[in-house]
Amino acid sequence: MKKVPVIQLKDIRKEYHNLDVVTYVLKGITLEIFEGDFVAITGPSGSGKSTLMNIIGLLDTPTSGTYLLRGKNVTNISERDLARTRNKEIGFVFQSFNLLSRSTSLENVMLPAIYAGMKGEARKERALKLLGQVGLGERINNKPNQLSGGQQQRVAIARSLMNDPLIILADEPTGNLDSKSGEDVMNILDTLNKEGKTIVLITHEPNIAARAKRIIHVKDGLLNT
Amino acid sequence: MPFNELFTLALHALIANKLRSILTTLGIIIGVFAIIVLVSIGTGLQSYITDQVSGLGSNLMFVIPGAEGGARTAGGAVTNKLTINDANELETKLKGQAQVAPVLLKTATIKYQNQTDKGVSIAGTSANYTQIISTIKIDQGTGFTEAQVRAGASVALIGATVNTKLFPNTSPIGKNILIGANRFTVVGVLAKRGSTFGIDQDNIVGIPVTIAQRQFGVNTVNAIYISALNANSVSFVKTQATKILLNDKRLTTDDFNIQTQESTLSTIQSITGALTAALGGIAAISLLVGGIGVANIMLVSVTERTREIGLRKALGAQKEDILKQFLIEAIFLCVLGGSVGILLGYGASLIVSYFFTTVVSVWSVLLAFGFSVAVGLIFGMAPAIKASNLNPIEALRYE
Repeated sequence: MKKVPVIQLKDIRKEYHNLDVVTYVLKGITLEIFEGDFVAITGPSGSGKSTLMNIIGLLDTPTSGTYLLRGKNVTNISERDLARTRNKEIGFVFQSFNLLSRSTSLENVMLPAIYAGMKGEARKERALKLLGQVGLGERINNKPNQLSGGQQQRVAIARSLMNDPLIILADEPTGNLDSKSGEDVMNILDTLNKEGKTIVLITHEPNIAARAKRIIHVKDGLLNT
Repeated sequence: MPFNELFTLALHALIANKLRSILTTLGIIIGVFAIIVLVSIGTGLQSYITDQVSGLGSNLMFVIPGAEGGARTAGGAVTNKLTINDANELETKLKGQAQVAPVLLKTATIKYQNQTDKGVSIAGTSANYTQIISTIKIDQGTGFTEAQVRAGASVALIGATVNTKLFPNTSPIGKNILIGANRFTVVGVLAKRGSTFGIDQDNIVGIPVTIAQRQFGVNTVNAIYISALNANSVSFVKTQATKILLNDKRLTTDDFNIQTQESTLSTIQSITGALTAALGGIAAISLLVGGIGVANIMLVSVTERTREIGLRKALGAQKEDILKQFLIEAIFLCVLGGSVGILLGYGASLIVSYFFTTVVSVWSVLLAFGFSVAVGLIFGMAPAIKASNLNPIEALRYE
């Protein structure tokens, strides 16, 4: 029996219309990512990899093509369903961490669960467990400005895991980190992948991409495998 | 997202910018404060006047010269045709239903030995006047009798002010005073009534209407007071009185009209009501300005927190979660300001009440509170909509 891919993109195209000028950003991307995969998407800036990431992350919708998320068509779903699906199925890790500066590590990690409607006690318990997993059990009440960049990114990883998503979508997760902290973050992603988490990593650094099981090059809006 | 979470969120955001939150709230506080205080003064004035008028008794009505609504005769001026006979006629025919007293009002100088009191109101009336106007009471001595009224006896009831001016050291009863050039015997002193709108109600002398007509050389009266025995029969008595006065064809509907307390009150209330509304309206403008302040600060807040909004949306916040988050913040600011403003306004009107009558009515508190919630809702709406419509990709990229 053939396994259903977690992510299945069929001929995804994205065009931007600005007055009479049409910019073709994605020119027909077909891609399958299976459960437990660790995929690195690389490419120079302007290649369309950010747009591809936004579409995979359901922050953007394609002009044409089909996107199946674990077999379910999410190409033309409502804004409301997009938000709900992002909340439940996608765990974002951003280059600039994007933690709420006035909230503690614990509050930051709990944030996605608030929107998922998880109850207060269960929420706190899970967030504490995840912070322990990323080695920040001692820093739960620290605010982001009291944490190093590497620690902040680990808080962000714990946050991405909060609603137990289908995939972790990490956009240049080491881009703002020194090599030591970057190594720590990559080790955590490795461990998560070994535990069965599907990870999609966007990076332009070849040595980071090399940590993935599979590397996909994007160039001029097309895959170049 | 449940309300208590949204509320905590709003509270955190407001505490994070304490000074800004306080200054924004100040605009609302001042607006609500102004509404409460100004409306309490307006309402106080209204209740003061209403009390003064209804203190006379709601059974009371006045027959006054001239047509209803002030229509004038061809000559342009009102010709007074009301006489003592009209009053007697009413008295006889309304027996058992109402009491009637004619009133002739003039001003004169009065003297006792070498004491003089100028500009005293002289009220010529009948013996039952003190029964008709419940606020007039006899303090010392007696009133004059019906027989004295019929005979045109030179007797006088003096007000408290007249008493202190002319008789600082002695009892006035039985003494003779001069009204103009005529001698009157004081039979009684009226109880003190105070002043209304700065007019001394006690600088008055009451004499029989018959002698008053002779004194001032007129054969008319200024008004006929009618007091219905039963408050429910006021309009019936009014109809009856109108019929009686029109009966002998001497008077027409152009010659008199009958004003009930109800009509007087409704006129006064419409004037003071308009005044209160005007005061409230002026105060509402400052609340409006406060509301614009809230909108302004919320817009700044949305811009400042663009990345936060982008992040929240990326993590799965629905549009309405963001909308509610900012709306609750704005409403919270306004409700806080409104509550403080109500308390301060209440305190201030307590202080003002030493100088004027003030009434902090429940409706003005509810109105002010409701208004500040509405201001939060209306002025918070635009920033909240702006926030909820942000595109997460662009918002996350915002520096």
